[in-house]
Amino acid sequence: MLALVTHILPLTSVRRERLMPVPGRVIARLDQKVSSLDVVAEARFGQEHVLLDVARTLRVPPDETKTMMLCKPGDTVTKGQVVAQGRGLVPQRVRAPGVGRVLLIGGGQILLETGETTFELQAGIPGTVTRVIPERGIEVTFIGALIQGIWGNGRVDTGMLLPLLNNPADVLTSKHMDVSQRGSIILSGHCSDLATLETAAELPVRGLILGSLSPALLPQAALMSYPIVVVDGFAHRPINSAAFKLFTTNAKREITINSEPLDRYSGARPEIFIPLPVTQEPPSTRDVETFAPDQRVRLLRNPNAGEIGTLVSLRSGLTVMPSGLRVPAGDVKLETGEQLIVPLANLEVLG
Amino acid sequence: MPASLVDADSLLTIDVGTVTTRATLFDVVEGNYRFIATGQAPTSATAPYKDISEGVHQAIENLQSITGRKIMGDDHRLIMPAQENGGVDSFAATLSAGPALKTALVGLLSDVSLESVQRLARTTYARVLETIGMNDQRRPDEQIDSLTRLRPDLVLIAGGTDEGATRSVERLIETVGLACYLMPADKRPALLFAGNASMTPKVKSNLQGLVSALTVSPNLRPSLEIENLQPAQHSLAEVFTQIRRGQMGGVDELNSWAGGTLTPTAYAESRIIRFLSQVYDSSKGILGVDLGASAATVAAAFGTELTMGVYPQLGLGEGLAGLLRYVPPEDILRWIPAELPAETLRDYLYQKSIYPATVPATVEDLAIEQAIARQSLHVAINSAAKDFPARISRPAPGLMPYFEPILAAGSVLTRAPTLGQSLLILLDGIQPAGITTLILDQNNLLPALGAAASRNAILPIQVLESGAFLGLATVVAPCVNARYGTPVLRLRLLSQNGNETRLEVKYGSLEVLPLPPGESARLFIQPLHHAEIGFGPGRTREDGIPVTGTMMGIVIDARGRPIMFSGDAARRRELLKKWLWTVGG
Repeated sequence: MLALVTHILPLTSVRRERLMPVPGRVIARLDQKVSSLDVVAEARFGQEHVLLDVARTLRVPPDETKTMMLCKPGDTVTKGQVVAQGRGLVPQRVRAPGVGRVLLIGGGQILLETGETTFELQAGIPGTVTRVIPERGIEVTFIGALIQGIWGNGRVDTGMLLPLLNNPADVLTSKHMDVSQRGSIILSGHCSDLATLETAAELPVRGLILGSLSPALLPQAALMSYPIVVVDGFAHRPINSAAFKLFTTNAKREITINSEPLDRYSGARPEIFIPLPVTQEPPSTRDVETFAPDQRVRLLRNPNAGEIGTLVSLRSGLTVMPSGLRVPAGDVKLETGEQLIVPLANLEVLG
Repeated sequence: MPASLVDADSLLTIDVGTVTTRATLFDVVEGNYRFIATGQAPTSATAPYKDISEGVHQAIENLQSITGRKIMGDDHRLIMPAQENGGVDSFAATLSAGPALKTALVGLLSDVSLESVQRLARTTYARVLETIGMNDQRRPDEQIDSLTRLRPDLVLIAGGTDEGATRSVERLIETVGLACYLMPADKRPALLFAGNASMTPKVKSNLQGLVSALTVSPNLRPSLEIENLQPAQHSLAEVFTQIRRGQMGGVDELNSWAGGTLTPTAYAESRIIRFLSQVYDSSKGILGVDLGASAATVAAAFGTELTMGVYPQLGLGEGLAGLLRYVPPEDILRWIPAELPAETLRDYLYQKSIYPATVPATVEDLAIEQAIARQSLHVAINSAAKDFPARISRPAPGLMPYFEPILAAGSVLTRAPTLGQSLLILLDGIQPAGITTLILDQNNLLPALGAAASRNAILPIQVLESGAFLGLATVVAPCVNARYGTPVLRLRLLSQNGNETRLEVKYGSLEVLPLPPGESARLFIQPLHHAEIGFGPGRTREDGIPVTGTMMGIVIDARGRPIMFSGDAARRRELLKKWLWTVGG
């Protein structure tokens, strides 16, 4: 049976594509070393458009406006610039409402692009550029520790990893935070109040990594100015033991938090990168797995949701669960030594 | 090349759902089409596969190991037509996997073309994010910016009766065209135009090349009085497949196996419901419901008239995180026979939306999942009911019309631990009225039969009559105004062998009269207090109603319509437990 895979790896090599939403110019070069905040590509585009109805303003049929146009596609215009003019001794004029660029002229109308902005694509991951995708972006190869999460608010930053927890279930509150943590990436077990998120923004921190987050806070968390990654889930559950161990052994290291929202179809998901020095390239991640004994697995649903264990064996046929459902299942030995029967659908492979 | 289904013997169907891909085999046994077996595998539409082929191949391999029949070669190609040592004669496929299509609706008047185009959007897996109409107060450039920001997968345009308005439609087309022009070429939407037929040349000349695919179908509103959804529904089904071909790996291959007839699952299901309605010529409607991970789907056919509703926001998969935008938590929690804080429900919804393939292993998780299923079904059916034809009679305004039968699909129903649980989810969610039969599509055959029905009319009928569907219960649900505990029905069940069972049913109760499959009987019902069971208030069929046995027998649901709960939470929980106990736990 095909298995879900989440990476919580102390040393691996991963490749990630970083693409712009619109075509533009790729700045980074092949084999270039990049940090996560480096701008690797940029694109210029107008955020808004203005449609000037010249025919209507000048009260002439659209066909007759051709000779009245004082601009052509591609022209840049300034605020108040006359872009079309009618006939007569005191001709009526059509002016550009702001700075912009003429995109199209036709049917007695002018389409202007205004509010031009530059979109800058950050590398999002520290590593080496291993492919340049013309006009769109790059592929970066990263080497180090990788921890994948399940929810992120779409931001990237780099900072020192600062665990603010003694055990994986600890709850982060405002009273745990002070100005000495400014610029760091904070790790904790759970957060359930808005004041904590706001305090983190005020410091400000460079990121927040949580085992779980109350779903009631998701709308506000999505708007926070710093990246937030939830590693395990939404109920009050501790950060899983594998991630906890990996984070705490790498405390005070410079890490990158890329809180890209989960997209099951594209494969995008929030990730935390801990660059590590290596003498030779470690093996790449295995993204495709089928369930097999001895795999390290995480339980996704109750009971024991979030716990990690080893898949001891796959049961043949269907197994009746306490709920009464008959499902394909496996025997899982938890880190505590307890052995459980778990539906395979409720497991994911950690690898 | 796929063989024609008409003369074919064996048929393989594939249904690619959000969570599960199923391969189903039908063949001729003793001169009749029969369902043989289903093999299933997790759908591989998501990362890391991003290609449905892996799931399809695994499902077929599982089917091969169940049947011992070689269907697919080692090169993963179908063996078609059938050969001496295996293969199949024909193939059909359906698809519901993938996120709901981001959709923009464009029309003229909000109560005419926009209303119709909204109804059209509800017939597929679409999430409407933008609506542009004549009464829209925004400037055209604001509408353009909105469209370019949203980057819809699909734009549906209607408006203007045939030979009617052209100028206003032209303006809207211009706005859409400009927005598409501004989008990157690989992000442009597919577009379906179903408006004023005389605008077709203009639509083609203005929009061809600016959209990823342009489809024109007959006008949804050829005149103000007439709405003609069916041709546009068919076109929309094709557009859906076209969009998915561009979005998802492996869809092209599946479509080519199916000879270009890959169909959205919901469309195939609705087709079979309409087909059955025509074949069986029921005086009542036929209802089909499917509670899947991708959407809750409702298809109700009244003769040739079909009402269809696909509600991705009510699906039991990744859309669950947004469910509370449509359903208050207390409406879900009321179905749980234990005290549960709203916070727990919210946690559950978010966690399940991240991992839609997970299953409830504990009793508490199962209770939450089934409560969500009840309320999702309830909201879906009541939303669809707003579009049921006005001429259809109902026992009272706001209640369900009479249906016979009701077909139900979806794992939460067909894989429930007990049939009693399946029954209660359906009774609570749909709250049917009068006398009806509940049938479970335990093998998920409806999409397969729908996909086959257009080319092989015999197969669905023979498979339906072969016992591949599970007769769950014959339901008698009186509609009556009475006080709790007041007798509202007197029943006498006269079985084939002369055995007689009598029962007085009180308002507020749920009762079961066993009548196993294979047996038949006559049911004499005496309505009291003007109870309505489908023959008029207080009226009945004097010579009795012929009934056949089902797994749960005859279930009398006198809990009232709609089901009202006591404000006392403890009493409500006791009632829920009692009802569950009545149907066997």
